This record gives sequence, C-alpha cells and structure tokens, in this order.
Amino acid sequence: MASYSTNEFRGGLKLILDNDPCSIIENELVKPGKGQAFNRVKLRNLKTGRVLERTFKSGESVEAADVIDVEMEFSYNDGEFWYFMDPETFEQIAAPDSAMVDSGKWIKAQELCTITLWNGAPLVVSVPNFVELTVTETDPGLKGDTAQGGTKPATLESGATVKVPLFIEEGELLKIDTRSGEYVSRVKG
Amino acid sequence: MLNSLRAFFAERNILEVETPIISTAATTDPQLESFSTHFQNHEYFLHTSPEFYMKRLLAAGSGDIYQLAKVFRNDENGRLHNPEFTLLEWYRLNFNHHQLMDEIELLLKNLMPEKSNQITRISYQQAFISQLKIDPLIASTEQLKNCAAQYQITTPQGMKNNKDMWLDWLMLEKIAPSFSKNAFTFLYDYPASQASLARLDSNDARIANRFELFFGELELANGFYELTDSQEQQQRFEKDNEIRTNNNQKNMPIDYDLITALKSGLPSCAGVAIGIDRLMMLHSNVKSINKVISFGDEFIRE
Repeated sequence: MASYSTNEFRGGLKLILDNDPCSIIENELVKPGKGQAFNRVKLRNLKTGRVLERTFKSGESVEAADVIDVEMEFSYNDGEFWYFMDPETFEQIAAPDSAMVDSGKWIKAQELCTITLWNGAPLVVSVPNFVELTVTETDPGLKGDTAQGGTKPATLESGATVKVPLFIEEGELLKIDTRSGEYVSRVKG
Repeated sequence: MLNSLRAFFAERNILEVETPIISTAATTDPQLESFSTHFQNHEYFLHTSPEFYMKRLLAAGSGDIYQLAKVFRNDENGRLHNPEFTLLEWYRLNFNHHQLMDEIELLLKNLMPEKSNQITRISYQQAFISQLKIDPLIASTEQLKNCAAQYQITTPQGMKNNKDMWLDWLMLEKIAPSFSKNAFTFLYDYPASQASLARLDSNDARIANRFELFFGELELANGFYELTDSQEQQQRFEKDNEIRTNNNQKNMPIDYDLITALKSGLPSCAGVAIGIDRLMMLHSNVKSINKVISFGDEFIRE
C-alpha cells in the first residue's frame, strides 16, 4: 500500500483520510526552534467537496489515494448513469448521479469533461469553466432594449435555466460560466 | 542590512570569523537532520549551525566573535523554512543570557527602529501559566493533554506520549500566537528537558538558561547562556543518540573535539543564532522565505 510521509506533502497530493480521498490544498511546516516539527494541512475531501484542516506530527505517513484525472467526452445519460467515452481509445465509463454534483445541468453531447477516478471508478465529473449552450426556450425579446440591464430566464439545451439579457432569443448560442452559473455573452455563429 | 550588522559588531570590537561548513562530526539533536556527503570514502556532514567550531575558537582564546554563515538542514522546507539558509551567530564573553538579550535589543533598534518600540520578555513558565493556567515545569504529560483538550486544541495525528512534544505543540498553538502581533518578544528560561546547549539555571535546575526571540509568532533567534561543563555536554550528546536510536534515526558522530575544547576551558559566555532570512522577511514585509532568498524556488514548497 503506497503512502506519503509528511515531508512529501505538497499542494495537489491525494491522500486517504477517514476512508475518503482528499487532496491537499495547503501544507505548512511548523517547528518550534529546537523542537518537534508538525504539519498543518488544509485538504479538500474529494467526495463531499468539504475543506478540512488536519495536523500531523512530522514524519507521519498517510495512505496515498489512487486518484487520477482523465479527459473524456460525454455521450449520453440513460436516466441512471452518465456515459463518457475516451476520444482516443473509445473506452467507455459510466458515472452515477452522485459523481455529477452540479455538472449534469451544463453538459451536452461531445462536451470534453474532466473525470476524477478513484481506484478506477468515477468520483467527480467536472465540466469546463466555460461551456457553449443553445437557448431552447425563452420569452420573446424586446427589440431595441439592449441598453437596459433587465434580465429574463432562459432554458438551455442541457436543461439548466439561467438569467439572460432581454435581447436573447431562442436558438441563440450562449457562453456560460459554470462556476457561477451565469451568462457571459452570445457566441457569434 | 548586512552592512549595518557588520558596523554594529565592528563598533563593539567583535571579530568576524569563518569556520568549516563540512565536518566529520555533526549535531546529535534528534530534531535536526544534517545533509551528508562523502570524501575519500569517509562520510562528512554539512553543518546545521557554526556553533561547535565557534566554541572551539572561544576555548582557544578568540575573544568575542560573530559569523554570518550559510547553514543546511535537511527535510525542512516550507513558507518559513528553506533547507539552506543564513544564520548570524555571535558570542559574548562574560555575558549571561539577559545581558545578551539586552545587546540583541540594541541591534534590533538599530536595524528596525519602527518595529522595536516595545520589546517584551516573558519566562516560559509565566507564558504557560498566563495563557493556559498550567505550570510547564511541574505538569505531567497527562495534565498537558487534558489542558489541550480544555482549550480545544486538536491532537495531531501521530502524537506521542511525550512531555516535550506536548509542550512544543501547546507552544505553537497557544503560546506563540499570544505574543504581541507587531512587536518583538523574548521567551526565556526553557524547561531543562529542552536545554539543548544551554546551562541549567544555578538556582533552579528545572530550567535552562535558553531563550528565543519572536516577532509576533515568527521565531527569529535561539540563544544560550552556554553550557561549559564538558562532561554534561557529552552526556547530553549521548542521550540525544539514545533518543535517535529509539526513534529509528541514525546515530550521529559526536564532536569529541568540542568536548576536548570544553574540557580545556570554554570561557563563561552567552551566544545566539539569528535567522537572517526571517529578519529580512520582516524588514521587507514579505510572507515567504523564498521571497528573500535569491533563486529561492529551488525546493518545492506549498
């Protein structure tokens, strides 16, 4: 079983804590002059997304988590699983709903996503920070009202609803920031 | 800054010296790891501090001396640590640790007058009593553990049933953070178990005449009213190696030349080592040591 000693700790290292895979966000070595050194570590639990803080006596070893990121294209959702395919090897993988977190509502076919695998199984699916999606439904726009800051809801092809400016019409392609869930701009065809 | 430092010592007729960096002997301190190298099939070590050679100079009659030395400590890197860093080490004959603290105050006022308006001194015992209501000199390991729980201090993974380890942890979590945020603090008279190379107090053998200097909670210096007893020094080195054996650490070759020098007579003196890089961090208001070291990104840190 692979493990890491505290002196190998650095940002991005993946460990198992309380049976969950975690990624180190920050590691600080603290040491009183002539005394015992300790590591104060901030980690993200990769399953829950929660940030936790832990301290270790320096020299301790912690079990390594077999976690890797792979890039795969989204194929389809059968209501139970979300299917992804490696664009080069055509290898397929099925991610459960729990791995999608917020990603499901921003995804469309052929979208290239980052899938975090833990022991080979999908743990988290992350969509790109910016995606381009077509408006499938929105109230008619008010012509000429481009200067006003008003917004209205629009439903996108992925199923998500976002607030868009009044001049947006059905069928237009929009750029969306998936981190904030906000409209960024129109994409010029 | 280095110019001001050198002028400060020149004014006081303290001689600048240089001593070897590579040595066949090394520190036995279980908390320090020396870098090792080889020459003609013999193992040599890079010094973690110029202390041993400087004490040999003192014993040979050098008088007051100082040195600006690059020192090396393996396995230490982070925001406040670089495996290679600069120490200013100086020794004053016929000074005790309080007199040396007086001189350090003068140096700080000289280098950073705006940060040196109020410099506090507090004993290790008093600091623990005022912050944690516990006397570090008489408390048992069990009592320290309970004290930590009472103040909601988490227990680090891998913590051992070891009094000094608990004192160190409480020190980091509660004592150092209690020091005035923008001022220097001297913490003095450490427990005898953390004497290192300091002499034990002549009135109270439970304490050692050792001190440390902090700015806020940033540790800057460590000083001793130096131990001159060769026999006791040898016993401490041997004990360090026993602890190393128990920790599955490699035993380090004891510096018997230092022991011989102490035997021949080390004059009564006090000495201190100041981390110059950290002083520079303070002087230039930066948070990471790699910002004040040229090519300081050599070692991965985060």
